[in-house]
Amino acid sequence: MKKLKVIAAMSGGVDSAVAAARAVDAGYEVVGVHLALSSNPQKYRSGARGCCTIEDSHDARRAADVIGIPFYIWDMAEEFHKGVVENFLSEYQSGRTPNPCLRCNEKIKFEAVLDRAKALGFDGVVTGHYAVTKDSPTGKTLHRAADIDKDQSYVLAVLRTDQIEGAIFPLGDTVKTDTRKEAKERGLFVANKPDSHDICFVPSGDNAGWLRERLGSETGDIVDQAGKKLGEHKGAYTYTIGQRRGLALTVPDPTGEPRYVLKIEPKSNTVVVGSHDALAVSTISATPPTWCGLIPEINKSLRGFAQVRAHGAPLACDYKFDGTNLIANLDEPVFGLATGQALVIYDGDRVVGSGTICETI
Amino acid sequence: MSIYFDHAATTPMADVAITALNTQLKKLGNASSLHSAGRSVRKDLEGGREEIAKAIDCQASEVIFTATGTEANNLAIKGLYWKGVKENKKVIITSTFEHHAVMDPIVWLSEHEGAQIVGINVDRNGFLNLDELKQAVSEHEGKIALISIMHSNNEVGTLQDIAQVVKIAGQIPVHADCVQSFGKVSLSFKQLGLTAATVSAHKVGGPLGVAALILKRGLDIEPILHGGGQERDIRSGTFNAPSIVSFAAAAKESVAQSNQRSEIIRKLKAELISTIKKGVPDIWVNGDQEKSLPGIISITFPKTDSEGLLLLLDSEGIACSTGSACSAGVQRPSHVLLAMGLTEDETTSTLRFSLNHSNTIIEIAKLGAVIASVVARSRAASGKK
Repeated sequence: MKKLKVIAAMSGGVDSAVAAARAVDAGYEVVGVHLALSSNPQKYRSGARGCCTIEDSHDARRAADVIGIPFYIWDMAEEFHKGVVENFLSEYQSGRTPNPCLRCNEKIKFEAVLDRAKALGFDGVVTGHYAVTKDSPTGKTLHRAADIDKDQSYVLAVLRTDQIEGAIFPLGDTVKTDTRKEAKERGLFVANKPDSHDICFVPSGDNAGWLRERLGSETGDIVDQAGKKLGEHKGAYTYTIGQRRGLALTVPDPTGEPRYVLKIEPKSNTVVVGSHDALAVSTISATPPTWCGLIPEINKSLRGFAQVRAHGAPLACDYKFDGTNLIANLDEPVFGLATGQALVIYDGDRVVGSGTICETI
Repeated sequence: MSIYFDHAATTPMADVAITALNTQLKKLGNASSLHSAGRSVRKDLEGGREEIAKAIDCQASEVIFTATGTEANNLAIKGLYWKGVKENKKVIITSTFEHHAVMDPIVWLSEHEGAQIVGINVDRNGFLNLDELKQAVSEHEGKIALISIMHSNNEVGTLQDIAQVVKIAGQIPVHADCVQSFGKVSLSFKQLGLTAATVSAHKVGGPLGVAALILKRGLDIEPILHGGGQERDIRSGTFNAPSIVSFAAAAKESVAQSNQRSEIIRKLKAELISTIKKGVPDIWVNGDQEKSLPGIISITFPKTDSEGLLLLLDSEGIACSTGSACSAGVQRPSHVLLAMGLTEDETTSTLRFSLNHSNTIIEIAKLGAVIASVVARSRAASGKK
């Protein structure tokens, strides 16, 4: 039988390096590719942020050499800027809180890269994500990883079935500590490289400052739910739903209770604050839904678990598809939920579907 | 067996060069030492210098060994510029499609040392506009520190009329980067009337890490590396005798064989172009094919993406080149092809194949067997319309 040919997306980190090595062991013909996502990359990694410095591309190349696979760098800076960075900015401009990692999986790794790989004659893309795919009569399904602390099915739930079909996650059955151990055994010097987190294109880690630079810092009112002015803000985009600190309110609450950001209204440039109780959300609508498997019958109420944050707890719920939106009614309310994040529905460990949260009640 | 069409990047070491290197590596002695061991190594080294001088037709005392061609270019350009500055000459005339090892030191001099760059355009065929050069020379008369024009272009292979450049320059020092030309076409430092020329060992079958600046006798320029002053007080550093001796052996052989090899390579080149054209009729070759190096072929495959082409050819065991990449490894549009008037999309659809005498018709046929499918897949992946 002819070997299946795959592209291994190699960030220069430990996970993607071990994933590529395992793909070789599994009998795939593997070609390593590092994605250059910034047109002006920094020379070195600062702390744990990002995967797009020159040092990272060097680390990825070295890992590929040790594994013994060809290695190339693909320039995806333009696609990344359009699909991820611009979306990130426009979502904040609309008062939502986006998840750029999810967008990167959807638009870059399993769209731009997968499409290019397929056009070049490859069968799929290998990544170091912690998630599991399983074969089923209706096609591949997506599941939580064995290492629940590292599980990344939430940021992959946005993938369509055809994208899942082309995805290979060799680390789904492994706990992170074992991945590091294996990297060391394989002689991959990235074994002890720190995990990357935060947003890779905000190298300073100062998300608020980065947004202010690009979207301006026009001051506006911070008001209560009745519209009474309580203070001023320096750019509505830099606030997050549920945020309590750094509000600098000039009018104290009569009850002395702390106040939280409830809503960001970019049109009036207003930040609405209120009590913790007012943050409670029981019904979540998300759109457009992506189904990983069969599309549920319209308006049929089903039992499942909702997850609304990366590494958030699964929340028991009834959910349904109303023909347009995916709607979840939580058994217990959740507090401080931002629109723009993903709602992912699980049936046990299987991803049923997902959507971007557009409304919360 | 893999097929190697990237000889302009580096080429296999010649047997004579490997033998010379091995022999010399076993020999003890620093060529600057006064004792017999040192003198013996010095004798070999100076013999090598004379061979190099013969190969490029200059005097032995005009050969200054450096570690790389980049170093030799930096030494010549910065040295000649600083010499010019003393007479208030701050203009550097160069072409718009030089190698980075020439372009970047010139840009550095303009950013840090007050140099004024005058770039002479090249035409679609890859030739310097000599009228424009004439005009620039008369316009900046008395202010020009140096002119640096490559003898042949490393991406498209076109040969420049350096004799004419020197004639136009008159008293102005002219430096030519001859790295790609040396050992491939006849090259006489003396006859061209150059002030300075750069040659490198690993392009002629010598080892990596040794090169030479040919610098007119009696001309003293500022060094870049300061130390023992081993090379005419212009370049310091312990003599790399084994590499120099090996370089000399390779240079001697490649110059002696150049006519014969050139004939073989030109035939292979014509075969490669017609083979690719058969598989992909809408390709074109960049740069003139007559006044050019025998072995360099730049081919644009419209609507492809050269990264994809290279990956697919590599997976078929065929090595070629996409041109330059930035420090992060990302491919950048070639400034050479842009200078010749190609669009950005066209430059990133271009591959360089560079041949030597060891390539075969069979290898070219193997390329011919896969090229159509490789191009079709790269077209599907490129998204170019």
